[in-house]
Amino acid sequence: MAEATVADAAVDPTALFEFLLRMGDNTLILGHRLSEWCGHAPALEEDIALANTALDLIGQTQLWLGLAGAVEGKGRSADDLAFLRDACEFRNLLLNERPNGDFGKTLMRQFLFDAWHHLFLNALRLSSDTRIAEIAGKASKEVSYHLERSRDLVIRLGDGTAESHGRMQGALDDLWPYTGEMFMNEASDAVLAAAGVAPEPAGLKTEWDALVGETLSEATLKEPAEGYMQKGGKRGIHTEHLGYILADMQFLQRAYPGATW
Amino acid sequence: MYAQMVKTDAPRVKTLDEMDPQERSFQERIDQGQKIEPKEWMPEGYRKTLIRQISQHAHSEIVGQLPEGNWITRAPTLERKAILLAKVQDEAGHGLYLYCAAETLGISRDEMYEQLHSGKAKYSSIFNYPTLTWADIGAIGWLVDGAAIMNQVPLQRCSYGPYSRAMIRICKEESFHQRQGFDILMKMVKGTPAQKAMVQDALNRWWWPSLMMFGPSDDASVHSAQSMAWKIKQNSNDELRQKFVDQTVPQAEYLGLTIPDPKLEWNEEKGGYDFGEPDWNEFFEVLAGNGPCNAERLGARRKAWADGAWFRDGLTAYAEKQAARRAGNEAAAE
Ligand SMILES: [Fe+2]
Ligand SMILES: [Fe+2]
Ligand SMILES: [Fe+2]
Repeated sequence: MAEATVADAAVDPTALFEFLLRMGDNTLILGHRLSEWCGHAPALEEDIALANTALDLIGQTQLWLGLAGAVEGKGRSADDLAFLRDACEFRNLLLNERPNGDFGKTLMRQFLFDAWHHLFLNALRLSSDTRIAEIAGKASKEVSYHLERSRDLVIRLGDGTAESHGRMQGALDDLWPYTGEMFMNEASDAVLAAAGVAPEPAGLKTEWDALVGETLSEATLKEPAEGYMQKGGKRGIHTEHLGYILADMQFLQRAYPGATW
Repeated sequence: MYAQMVKTDAPRVKTLDEMDPQERSFQERIDQGQKIEPKEWMPEGYRKTLIRQISQHAHSEIVGQLPEGNWITRAPTLERKAILLAKVQDEAGHGLYLYCAAETLGISRDEMYEQLHSGKAKYSSIFNYPTLTWADIGAIGWLVDGAAIMNQVPLQRCSYGPYSRAMIRICKEESFHQRQGFDILMKMVKGTPAQKAMVQDALNRWWWPSLMMFGPSDDASVHSAQSMAWKIKQNSNDELRQKFVDQTVPQAEYLGLTIPDPKLEWNEEKGGYDFGEPDWNEFFEVLAGNGPCNAERLGARRKAWADGAWFRDGLTAYAEKQAARRAGNEAAAE
């Protein structure tokens, strides 16, 4: 797993570890939210598609957190990182822990994240760290399909009935303040960017704006005005929701310490 | 099974001599092992019975997502979570193939949903029991998918082509599910005493409901006789139950578990196990809607459908607008 690479030697392992947690926690928490829908979606095809997306995201989590554990070098596995950290140690975007709401809100959250995820993974395919480039290569194939689907549904529902339009606009307005965090640079980002490991998040904003703007206009939805943006997830300061996600997710590992499953 | 006690509308099974020429040639083709395909003539009773059986099976796959979905967010490892997600996704896929197979008989998926939501159509009694611990997820794979396989392997040879082909695809996946369920339990019985106790508790609760999946004895049932004549049922409920017990008891022993049946005993003479009678009163109460989770399961399905109406309407409206736009463009181009 942890073969030494050029980037490995040059990059501060703490910065790298933080970065990998962000990637893995994003996919883990969003995968968790999507699996809450299981059996409750508005159409059978949607149940299947959501489970498939969740499955992709959990698979990606195993890769990102597995590498995070290796980089940290303290013998923690992907499972240890997923099931035995408390909320303040999680590094996911606040967007991904937002409650599901109605199906429209779930789809809008998915689209806003997929658009970022897709662009970011594409950039990571060129990472100087081959381990990261490899995971990004595999994940980006899955995520381009996620984006194709969520983008298409946002368009169709935005331009559907008055009710579906209203629900999608409401979802967009509610979630918009959680999109800014995707493009905020942390101190460690400069280190990673300098070493060619990962691009600085702020650099993706123009492309994301274009992709999202074009989709929203096709969906006849109004892009909210730039306003205050929520932040904190990347530094471990979360919303109240994450604690409940973890209480659910980590229940067995916490209730039966040391047991293997 | 996933389809329990399917009615055929037949007062009794006709002999070939009592049939009119069309029905007689239909029956002869079935007797020769030929497959019946959607566009071909079939007796109304055959069509209706198949619709009941296939839709009940489809509904069971869909409702069956709920008890297992109950543990996806709490799965103990990432690997187990991924396996369970894939399994539940398979079950939804089974529902989809089966609804498509039923649609070839002239009923729409929306009509079938309507029958499920109104309580007119049934789904398997087993999904009205709760999943209380992680061991229940193992027990469902091992016992419930195991019992489903027992019933579905012979249905691969069913006389109706689309159902038979759906079964062939489904059976492959069900055997994976069973192995994965067994694997969950293997890991747990080798674990801590608390984990082992959890597995025994799961077996205690799922054993009898699993035996009930095959339905009450149908040796005297005219519906079963008719279904067998039509080859949409191949074995009696008791035969399948016996096979299931004979297959499962050694597996329970391998896991170091005790089957919760004091009457269970190997019978050398018949080469199978003797076992106790499930509580059929409980079975009929569950079918009547009084099982521990009937209200939640059906309520969840009804709510999903009602809450999703705006979503489905939105997609339809968009498709209509697009069609109108295309028509408008074509008119403008002329
Ligand atoms: Fe996928
Ligand atoms: Fe199934
Ligand atoms: Fe299954």
